[in-house]
Amino acid sequence: MPDGTLPAERTLAPMSAQAHVTDARDYVALLKPRVMALVVYTGLCGLLLAPGGLHPVLAATAVLCIALGAGAAGAINMWYDRDIDAGMRRTRGRPIPAGRMAPGEALSFGVGLAVGSVLLMHLAVGWPAAAMLALSIGFYVFIYTIWLKRRTPQNIVIGGAAGAFPPVIGWVAVTGQLAIEPLILFAIIFLWTPAHFWALALNCAQDYARVGVPMLPVVSGERETRRQIVVYAAATMAASLVPLLVGMSGLLYGIAAALLGAMLVWKAWRVLQARDPAAPGRMFGYSILYLFALFGAFVADAAASVL
Amino acid sequence: MDPEEQRERSRRIRRRNLAVLGVLVALVALFYFITIARMSGGGV
Repeated sequence: MPDGTLPAERTLAPMSAQAHVTDARDYVALLKPRVMALVVYTGLCGLLLAPGGLHPVLAATAVLCIALGAGAAGAINMWYDRDIDAGMRRTRGRPIPAGRMAPGEALSFGVGLAVGSVLLMHLAVGWPAAAMLALSIGFYVFIYTIWLKRRTPQNIVIGGAAGAFPPVIGWVAVTGQLAIEPLILFAIIFLWTPAHFWALALNCAQDYARVGVPMLPVVSGERETRRQIVVYAAATMAASLVPLLVGMSGLLYGIAAALLGAMLVWKAWRVLQARDPAAPGRMFGYSILYLFALFGAFVADAAASVL
Repeated sequence: MDPEEQRERSRRIRRRNLAVLGVLVALVALFYFITIARMSGGGV
């Protein structure tokens, strides 16, 4: 999932190269813990929504693997993007551009974690979930980070699929196979990502332009980006109502999805109006709350239907 | 390397070693519990 985190601007006393030893906290920063929280949450929701049961230890291991896989993808992303990270205010405090970690160290950490998380997933719940996890890591690293990010303003649209995998992985961990329900969850996050990330990108457009990353605000301008945010917010709301229409969720979820979606579109509309300079920031913050609340409503509705 | 750098370096190495130890212990425990869970038929 493309992240909107603000890494801690932690500075250490300068040390000679000979004396340098990377701090354990920098390894944690490499995993993009804030992004990981959303990934873990949606993965857990996919796991809880799936029919059937899984031993709690295996379920917890599956969630751990999803978290580690996301962290691994984040670490490899930070290794590959170290040049552009150094040129952006939002990312220059990250361990590699800040000089607190050698690039090769980050790469080996990321690759090791990626392989370890996939193997552990295979050991705990089987190869279908492990394959999905490998696919999501590969998609984020090769499709988004290496191929799309520096080439097209559609980078977030297509690359956003990487962040939509966790509920599918959670579902497959329980059932061992794909179904329409996890694909609907995938679609919701897929459509949510552009509106979420472009709200952040509006405030970082100059940084992206300076480092040559063709984010939508850089290529098509602010006005078009604001318009696209409304389009994707509306599409997200529409997709969020599909579970109600196909009988995947009940009225409780439907009411929550309608209210949360209406607020998302309203926040996006405020961004389009461009009267309030804080509107993109508010849209970005609300979009995170939206996804948490929407997936919470999914689980609450499923739990209510069982009771 | 001055004494202050040496102290900082030792502190980081110690913290990193403890983190690695924690991860290894957690992995051992995790593999044990996964094995128990799989043997009890809790898998897919």
